[in-house]
Order: sequence, then C-alpha cells, then structure tokens
Amino acid sequence: MAELNTGDGGGGKGGKVRSKKQSSKVDLTAMVDLAFLLITFFMLTTSLSKPQSMDLSLPDKDPIKDEIPVKVDENRTMTVMLDEGNKIVYYMGLLATPIAGPKDIAYGKDGIRKELLKRKKTVLEYSAAKGKPKQGIIVIIKPTKKSNYKNLVDILDEMAITGVDTYAIVPEFTPEETKLLDKK
Amino acid sequence: MAKIKMKKKSTSTDMTAMCDVAFLLLTFFILTATAKVPEALPVDMPSSVAQTKLPDTDLAIITVGKDKDGKSKVFFDIKGREIRKRTLEGMGAKFGVTFSEDDKTKFSLMDDFGVPVANLKDIIAMKASDRTKANQPGIPIDSLDNQLKEWLLVSRRAAIDLDDKELQIAIKGDAKEEYPQIKKIMDILQDQKINSFNLVTGMRGRDF
Repeated sequence: MAELNTGDGGGGKGGKVRSKKQSSKVDLTAMVDLAFLLITFFMLTTSLSKPQSMDLSLPDKDPIKDEIPVKVDENRTMTVMLDEGNKIVYYMGLLATPIAGPKDIAYGKDGIRKELLKRKKTVLEYSAAKGKPKQGIIVIIKPTKKSNYKNLVDILDEMAITGVDTYAIVPEFTPEETKLLDKK
Repeated sequence: MAKIKMKKKSTSTDMTAMCDVAFLLLTFFILTATAKVPEALPVDMPSSVAQTKLPDTDLAIITVGKDKDGKSKVFFDIKGREIRKRTLEGMGAKFGVTFSEDDKTKFSLMDDFGVPVANLKDIIAMKASDRTKANQPGIPIDSLDNQLKEWLLVSRRAAIDLDDKELQIAIKGDAKEEYPQIKKIMDILQDQKINSFNLVTGMRGRDF
C-alpha cells in the first residue's frame, strides 16, 4: 500500500537523458498514523467540559438587631424535610394543622417536582384571591443530620426547575418534627 | 481471441482527505485542551441542571469528601498563580513558617492540598505524582484549630490586593458527604460574611 516513487525502473542505456517524471503522490499513511495517535492522546487527557456550578445565597447569619421578624402566612409555606435514605417528608402549612401531608415522597419528576408545581399553583391562586397575586410559595428545606450533600443539591435543583424563588435552608427541627421523622 | 485481462488495482489509497480530517481534529483538541490533573481528593459530585460555569480566576475551591477509609477531609485550592503566592506568604507569616522563593513558585503551580500549614512544606517538596498518593490528612476545621478559616481570610485579602476583586468561593462536595459536614463549611463561610457561594456540580438534563 505504501507507494513511494523510488527513481526509475530501467537502467538508462545511453542516449537521451530523459527528465524523470516525479509522481506527486506522497505516502501519507505514517502521517495519518501519527495524527490519530496524537488525537487519541489529547482526547483522553483533556477534560472537555468545565464543571457546572450552582449559585447559592444564604441569608446573613447574624440577624440585624431591631429587625421585626417577618410573619409569614402559613398557607404559603411548604416544609420539606430531607430524611435519610433519599426520602423526603413534606407538609404544607403548620405541622399541627397541616393543609397537606405530612407525607413521604421521592425525589425526581414524579415525586417532589409534581407536588411542588401543584402547590405552587394553588398558593398563587390563594394569594390572588387575597389580592396579593405576587406572593408565591415559600419552601422551607430542612436537611436532617442523616441526609447527604446530594439530597441538598437535588432539592435545590428542584427549586430551580420548578421556579420556586423563595426558599430557605433551615437545619432546625421542632420536637414534633423530630418525632415525626423518628417514627418512620 | 482477446484475453480478458484482470486489471491490477493499486492497493494504495489516497490518504490526503483522511490526513486533513485527522489534523483538523488534532488542532481542535490541542486548542481546547486543558490538562486533566489528578485530584488529591477525588470526589463524586452530584449533578444539577445549573448552567453557569465556574470562573477560571479569582476562585477558591473547597473540596469536601471522604478518603478510602471513609474519613471526611477538607481540601483547599486557589486558582491563579499570583494569588497563590501571595496567600502562601500570608499564611507563612501567620503561622510562623518561612517559605522560600522556590517553595512559593512550586506552590503556585500545584493544585489542591489538604495538610495543616506546618506540613505544607513537605507537600510542596514532593513530586506532583507523589502528592496524590501522599494520603494528606485534610485541612483542620475544628473550632480549636480552624485553618480553613485562615486560608480563606488570607486568600480573599490576596485577591483584593492583587486584582481588586472579591474571591469567589466554590464548594465541591462528594455526593455521599453527610449534611452536617457541609453545614460546617457553610458556617465557616458565613462567619466571614460570605453569604453567596457556588456549589460545584455535574451536568444533567431536566428529565430525571
């Protein structure tokens, strides 16, 4: 397959000196070999995509003095507790008089996302009926000590997907909530 | 009678086009290449739908993960050579360790590390391939000896001095890392009034 012109075939038998016709073909096999070798090397050693990053802004830790704590309508709050074993327990409103739940739910599009979208809609309707149509749902995320980092990122991701703007990460549990989680 | 002559086909193929393609790809890969560096603490990041990319400069990455024995460790990495140099100077002054000019240059070229400041010299002296095998103990983050806090303070100051920019902080956590450990890091950040930071994640679609 390699074809390199190597001079003339027959010996020149005196007479005319003919200029040899040089073939313009060069064997590129070796070059292609080399190129592919390098391609393979670069493909394997590069990390093509830069990692993504998720912005997370937390409220100031030290509360400003003289600040009046904002009272939030319990009809708008949804509490999401991240339990161990990739489970979520959620309820709407207050735990003593919940509008919905407390109920176990899974991560992903058939679990918490469906519920979030549904709740978001009902809260908007509720706010509109009250005459404050801009007030959306407030989600309180409570990661337990046994939940892992993936759970946290997953739930924050759900917030981004469902378009819930108001959420807070609160790793504090009331005694009732602890009891509820322990029962399971 | 005419003999049927079998045409002798040449076995050589024209490689020009193939060569063209190969070099085109090669050029592409060379230009887009950023060398993959072996991490001192490999972590398996959780994925998210977030689209924002991490900046290349003025960035500090706190890696939280578990080593082979299941122990939680914290590693620290700063992007940008000048900031690294300045940070090392500052840390040396704070902890009474003197770093030579050679150490600083070496430190500016290395990646993440996870040792107390006292042992940093040994890590700097190591070869890059040995650093990943060195089984670094992680940066102390206890309330008694909170070196991560110092690293953050010094590096942020360095970033402001050099580039007049606030250092961005990113947390790169292992998916299996327990929440309290992450919370501890967030608390350290919040103690310094860093209320906005990034979580490094992988990529995934919305359909999961």
